[in-house]
Amino acid sequence: MAIQRLFIANRGEIAVRIVRAAQALGIHAIQAHSEADTDMLAVKLADEAVCIGPAPSKDSYLKIDAILKAAKDTGADAIHPGYGFLSESPAFARAVEAAGLIFVGPSADTIERMGDKVAARQAAEAAGVPVVPGSDGRVEDVASAVAVAERIGFPVMIKAAAGGGGRGIRVAKTVEELKTLAPQAKSEAEAAFGDGGLYVERAILSPRHIEVQILGDGENAVHCYERECSLQRRRQKVWEEAGAACLDDETREALCASAVALAKAVNYRGAGTLEYLYDEAANQFFFIEMNTRIQVEHPVTEMLTGVDLVAEMIQVCGGAKLSMTQDQITRTGHAIEVRLCAEDPFMNFMPWPGQVKTLKEPTGEGVRFDHFLSEGYQIPPFYDSLLGKVIVHAETRDAAIDKLVTALTEMEIEGTKTTAPLHLALAADPAVRAGDFHTQWLEPWLEAGNLTAKGDAA
Amino acid sequence: MSDIQSPLPGTFYHQASPEEPPFKSEGDDVAVGDVIGLIEVMKTFIQVTAETSGVFVAYKVDNASPVTAGDVVAELK
Repeated sequence: MAIQRLFIANRGEIAVRIVRAAQALGIHAIQAHSEADTDMLAVKLADEAVCIGPAPSKDSYLKIDAILKAAKDTGADAIHPGYGFLSESPAFARAVEAAGLIFVGPSADTIERMGDKVAARQAAEAAGVPVVPGSDGRVEDVASAVAVAERIGFPVMIKAAAGGGGRGIRVAKTVEELKTLAPQAKSEAEAAFGDGGLYVERAILSPRHIEVQILGDGENAVHCYERECSLQRRRQKVWEEAGAACLDDETREALCASAVALAKAVNYRGAGTLEYLYDEAANQFFFIEMNTRIQVEHPVTEMLTGVDLVAEMIQVCGGAKLSMTQDQITRTGHAIEVRLCAEDPFMNFMPWPGQVKTLKEPTGEGVRFDHFLSEGYQIPPFYDSLLGKVIVHAETRDAAIDKLVTALTEMEIEGTKTTAPLHLALAADPAVRAGDFHTQWLEPWLEAGNLTAKGDAA
Repeated sequence: MSDIQSPLPGTFYHQASPEEPPFKSEGDDVAVGDVIGLIEVMKTFIQVTAETSGVFVAYKVDNASPVTAGDVVAELK
């Protein structure tokens, strides 16, 4: 049963992306919106729009009964959740199915299973996907901790089994250090949680964040190669690439094959992403979690492979088989995406939702701008600060960075602050140019004042 | 009389959290830099502080209500 009337339960740039994908497939696009979003771009582009509640997300984009009622009232046969909001809510997916509609994503059971860290780790291990090596459960004494560490290899991280919030965490590089630190961690865990149980796992000190895009139709699954997303601030990605230039072909193949194995093992349907930590020195990757939705950074994969991920997820969730086989998915050149947020990068990224006075979009071959802005548009303050993404594709990584600089320089957004100056400063940095960074790189770089210095000079 | 304006668009709160009392009540002394309320803007909370000293009269918008930049959120005398 192919989808004919698609209800989009999201906002911002991803709603625009989904409306356009639906219309290109000949599907009637019904856009949900809050009272604060009546004049957003996706509402203007959609075939039909419906208000689902007041500005606060909890009263609109997170309100399951209001969304289902609006979807029924407008005759929708499917709901696309986008990313964020209810996209990874098993309760929402179940409610959509119970209402007789198609949820554009995996089954509620899959969302639930992969959303639970322990269950996801077990599913990964069962599918032969490497996970961060660690003790199987808690260890009670120093001798057991040493035995585990010798099995999994140093450095190791010692954590309170009961804990959270970083208390009780120690990193030991040798057996001697572990023998000193484990008793400290144990007593700290006892003091903080009343439970001295420890957990030991391999410490990956400056990992890269690498993730694999997969697509599944419930039976078969394919990958669309990997993305490098190590440039992060406060655990939010700011700059993403496809592919990961640090990987050799053999590692890339093993990484992507492991993602497909897990996707097949859970009968995955739709678009999904498996996130890994990559230890560059050891050339080892470890699965950490799966995101069971389309992601913000999906366009770099689309630029690299030519696959329309949003269209494909709509079609497979409507009952179609995957439209491509693995050997038809190829990678060409290199793609980079930067996230434009309504924040002032020179004022510690303070949110700054202005009114767009002028908008000059970046253009040219291999340049894509996914956004929801228009001249005169007042950016609502009620939601997250992502305004859009500038994506570039070129034959080489160097050429892609050059193209990114040209695109960001050509682009003009007046009336609001954006994080474009951050991306220009990153593009000018020798370490970024060399691809020499990891997940712990950007925050110290910002604290060292690199942005201010380069911003002033520019 | 002096007005305290919201520096940003967002949602204005009288309290640090639903369990806490309002930052100021009628008759409270207000010093320069005192926190009067919070603005939630794009999932970030930003303090609204007094730029002049005085005595607190009243909040001029309801708790948890939307405001735009420049809206008067409280009054001092």
